[in-house]
Amino acid sequence: MAKTSRKVPALNASSMADISFLLLTFFLLVSNMDVDSGLARRLPPPPQTEEQTSVDVQRRNLLVVLVNAGNETMVQNQHGSEWYATAEELRGSGSKVALKDKVKEFVLNTSNSADLPELTEEDFGAPIGIVPVTAQHVISIQNDATTSYKTYIAVQNEVVRAYNELREEGARKYFNTSYEELTKEQQDQINELYPQRISEAEPKNYGGQ
Amino acid sequence: MGKFNKGAKKEMPALNSSSMPDIVFAILFFFMVTTTMRSETLMVRMKLPTASEVQKLEKKSLVTYINIGPPMEVRLGTGTQMQLNDRFAQVSEIQDYIAQEKASMNEADQPLMTVSIKADEDTRMQYITDVKQALRQAYALKISYSARQGQN
Repeated sequence: MAKTSRKVPALNASSMADISFLLLTFFLLVSNMDVDSGLARRLPPPPQTEEQTSVDVQRRNLLVVLVNAGNETMVQNQHGSEWYATAEELRGSGSKVALKDKVKEFVLNTSNSADLPELTEEDFGAPIGIVPVTAQHVISIQNDATTSYKTYIAVQNEVVRAYNELREEGARKYFNTSYEELTKEQQDQINELYPQRISEAEPKNYGGQ
Repeated sequence: MGKFNKGAKKEMPALNSSSMPDIVFAILFFFMVTTTMRSETLMVRMKLPTASEVQKLEKKSLVTYINIGPPMEVRLGTGTQMQLNDRFAQVSEIQDYIAQEKASMNEADQPLMTVSIKADEDTRMQYITDVKQALRQAYALKISYSARQGQN
């Protein structure tokens, strides 16, 4: 056996790229990047006892948004009511006041009207200070059994939009930047100033089918 | 100006492509890490409603899905059906489903569990309300109405 110091032949790695490309294409195809998005809500906990299922709310603190079987929307409080037949009208086309402006007027009650929710002075910490807010207001979204989900989401969206605009305005007023650029604590402060008080009632049969 | 076309017959040097697999592997690892395999096949048809004020659901591991819509297969009719984990289910089965999903979760994560309701936009609210009531009973109180981001 003669000792020969043979060189190890170089491994041909040119197909490595092909193999890894194949794997890459596989993962490209099976991966789905889309993140789920939606309107976040919190449901009330189930009623503990049978009798205590309703909470009394003063009439002036309540804004009722009613979506009927014909997918029409009515918004009503002590101040008056408005009727929207289509989703376009909800956003304020024509002579109608948009739903979000109704909600904003209701939540803010700048004129301290007796028909709108009562204002109470509350302390919100450093830059905001003590300001009057409508801490007790409730927006009650009610729907019929045959209301379409699409309209319901459109109405919910408009109400959330009103809150988002209020928070944006609050951020501009007290922090001089947009809501997006605030720190987590500052955002929480603004959220406390304008909390989303939306109640989703159980459906009633207001007619229709 | 005479810089070009001077040497004339010089051979083009071969491009060194030995780092190509490295680059491809880097991309490959990115996709392997970010990917989440589709765990269930959709059995209901749904066109999500559009909304402009949607929020992204942060952690996928905390989200449980409920799919609502007419079935994909035409022979099953056009009535609204609900799909939980690869099979059709009744509203009454939601509580068990939620309990089961909760049990498979980390204990610290359980209160953060979010249920994403992915419903077809033509669904009647009666169905959604029944689902909501069942979720309340199951103490799955954080919900999200799944919607596409869009002009609305």
